[in-house]
Amino acid sequence: MGSEPATGHEPAPATGVGPGGGDGVGLTVPARYRVADARRETADVVTLRIEPDGEPVAPGTPGRFHMLWAPGVGEVPISLSDGPAPDGTQWHTIRAVGAVTRALCALGPGAPLGVRGPFGRGWDLDAVGGRDVVVVAGGIGLVPLRPAIRALARREGPGRVALLVGARSPDDLCFADDLEAWAGGGRCEVAVTVDRAPRGWTGDVGFVSNLIDRLPWVGEGTAALCCGPEPMMKVCARMLTDRGVPATAVQVSLERNMACGLAHCGRCQLGGRLLCRDGPVVTYAAVRADLEVPQR
Amino acid sequence: MIRTVRDLLEDHRFFRGLDGERLDLLAGCGRLEVFRPQARLLREGQPADRFFLVRSGRVLVEIDLGPRGVVPVETVGAGDVLGWSWIVPPYRYRFDAVATALTRTITMDGACLRDKCEQDPALGYDLLRRFAGVLAHRLAATRMQLCDVYGYPLAGAPGTGP
Amino acid sequence: MTTAAVPTLVGTMGVDGLDTLVGVLAGDGWEVLGPRVRDGVITWGALRSAGDLPVGVADDQAPGTYRLRDRGDRARFGWAVGPSSPKRELFPPRVPWWEARLEGDGLQITPATPPRRRVALLGARPCELAAIAVQDRVLLGGPCPDPDYAARRRDLLVVAVHCTEPAPTCFCTSMGTGPAADGGYDLALTELLHGPGHAEPVYLVRVGTDRGVQLARRLELRATTDAELEAEQAALDAARRRMVRHLRTEGIVELLATTLEHPRWDDVAARCLACTNCTLVCPTCFCAAVEEVTDLDGGIRRERRWDSCFTLGHSEVHGTAVRASVRSRYRQWLTHKLGTWWEQFGTSGCVGCGRCITWCPVGIDLTEEVAALAETPAETPAATAAAVGAPGGRSGDR
Repeated sequence: MGSEPATGHEPAPATGVGPGGGDGVGLTVPARYRVADARRETADVVTLRIEPDGEPVAPGTPGRFHMLWAPGVGEVPISLSDGPAPDGTQWHTIRAVGAVTRALCALGPGAPLGVRGPFGRGWDLDAVGGRDVVVVAGGIGLVPLRPAIRALARREGPGRVALLVGARSPDDLCFADDLEAWAGGGRCEVAVTVDRAPRGWTGDVGFVSNLIDRLPWVGEGTAALCCGPEPMMKVCARMLTDRGVPATAVQVSLERNMACGLAHCGRCQLGGRLLCRDGPVVTYAAVRADLEVPQR
Repeated sequence: MIRTVRDLLEDHRFFRGLDGERLDLLAGCGRLEVFRPQARLLREGQPADRFFLVRSGRVLVEIDLGPRGVVPVETVGAGDVLGWSWIVPPYRYRFDAVATALTRTITMDGACLRDKCEQDPALGYDLLRRFAGVLAHRLAATRMQLCDVYGYPLAGAPGTGP
Repeated sequence: MTTAAVPTLVGTMGVDGLDTLVGVLAGDGWEVLGPRVRDGVITWGALRSAGDLPVGVADDQAPGTYRLRDRGDRARFGWAVGPSSPKRELFPPRVPWWEARLEGDGLQITPATPPRRRVALLGARPCELAAIAVQDRVLLGGPCPDPDYAARRRDLLVVAVHCTEPAPTCFCTSMGTGPAADGGYDLALTELLHGPGHAEPVYLVRVGTDRGVQLARRLELRATTDAELEAEQAALDAARRRMVRHLRTEGIVELLATTLEHPRWDDVAARCLACTNCTLVCPTCFCAAVEEVTDLDGGIRRERRWDSCFTLGHSEVHGTAVRASVRSRYRQWLTHKLGTWWEQFGTSGCVGCGRCITWCPVGIDLTEEVAALAETPAETPAATAAAVGAPGGRSGDR
């Protein structure tokens, strides 16, 4: 079963946390959802398609996240991978890296879960406008970028879109169907590279930043969206700004420990920012200094 | 309009900013080549008498680990340069390189260029500087590859419990 | 919700006025909390009458030191602050967030309802009122007010007591939060002692809200004399002058942003035990963890509990702490409390109560740390680079 694009649905503009239901349902208390189906993307990544079991949460936009609750285990912040569809269905692609994510990845069709959100600031596609845009996705970072790439690939006008995807190995690549569709659609140039390749791999090998070098048009008038492990985003953001892309035009999606999503628990701070409120998407210009401070 | 080797050299990222006179000189050492997929550009141990400015396509750098087989290490593509062993002694290739897509290059005669650099140290310094840049860039990228940033769990990282 | 009035002096009362006040509040259904001596400290506890207040008790505070002492007089408020603050009532250490149960194949989710308490604080210090205002911004001012805090905050009555006996660890004057409060209370008292040691004090009474006005009407007040007003002014001025510690707040946000690589952090890291005492006693610290508690009969409870940025788990992402070293955690705490709090919430996070200095087992004094940072600011090129946002920052060639 392929990942179904939420066709015909325009994402709502980011208007803050969202109204939620009565008594804070979907915001301070989870809204009830159920798993409609679970699709295994790689050895440790699963995409859950979930449906509201009652009132849906307010619509999210690309780059925003929800706190997904595995009852009895805990909550984690997970980006929207797709949706919501008009009926409230949404998709979340989750990597099993801890107790809660492992529990979520183990949920089968019909299993109940809780959803709070959407929270945070997502990709600012208005700021990108019609410019040439480089999208750099590392590992699971492709997930929060996916809805944004869909929107960019639908843009009118001559602005180029280059999607550069890095992964550990070919087995760790997600959304191969989407990558093919975007490359084939003619609106988007797609390049994929892996850190480690098996014998016989004819694609690119090497760190994803190498792919930035190969785009001759990257410069002052380019915008960039970048998501992946923080060391990767730092390297790529630096490379982009070295090529003349303004730091204010490079957007990154940062990740920190989040317990509440409501800017109350203090865990997701980065300098003067609470990432659940002022992020996770921020401009590189805004966080460059904070990211360069060694946490030793 | 037919584009000469000199035109293509001037376009290539590696020689950006090089003055016209030097470009003319270098053009004399260059020729255009096309490699089909599976064609070998470099072989480990062979005399390093060429380097390649890749115009399009993809070349895979690999290491032959004997019983463990041949391991892909890195690919280079449009705008990249392949082969730096020609400028550092003992002038022998350290890796294998094979095209994995139809690849067009400007192939530079390394031996010829070495002579010209001996005669014109300023040219030599300029070329060395450019290659040093390439090596530094590659080293940094290779280190990131080594760090396995996408890997999980981050065993041994500070703060990880038992 | 009570409306604020311009703080107005309404009269003076004797010690029995305190008893009357407690009685009136209790009679009106308020749970009266005030200072009690317990376990060798002055802490917030239930007041059944004014007789429960600490009589003639002083607190000797210094870095890493707290001792109670007999003053030899009848003052009820002759001390500065104890280890606990009203934070404990408004933002308790452990509160339920929601409960759930798996019924059939569906989830029943019930938000926790905060207990319906009407708490009257008798004896809140101006720095504590400032701390409540800071926490209001954090927990009520964001995109989504915290329902538990909002409920507890709604039914809060405050009788403040201005400070005439600051501790050497206090620095409220630097933070603009004391020794007197100019609002944020229903009633405010100033305790005045005159005469020999066995003489009972009197209390100047001010009102700050309509509710305070109503309360004051039920107290036996007489007109305040000029001498008493002068004595009050003198006592507050003396308190200001006695302030031993100072924090230079001018330019502090920039100072802390440009000294992130200052060697002083190594110095304090060698002393700091990451014991979290400072965050426990701090009246504005709000960092929390959320825990899932399950019962054998299928009940699930999600609870919020106090946490501290000094713990490894606080910054854990993908199984690793972002701030793995004590150095980075101490730096986070201090630069947040005094610096980045401004950008996050529009105020300082510090009210100058000095608790963190007193209750640090190794006596780390944040005013001293800041002074050290200010002495040789922007010492390292990296700090300057970080400040101007230069590309590359610290990473250089290696």
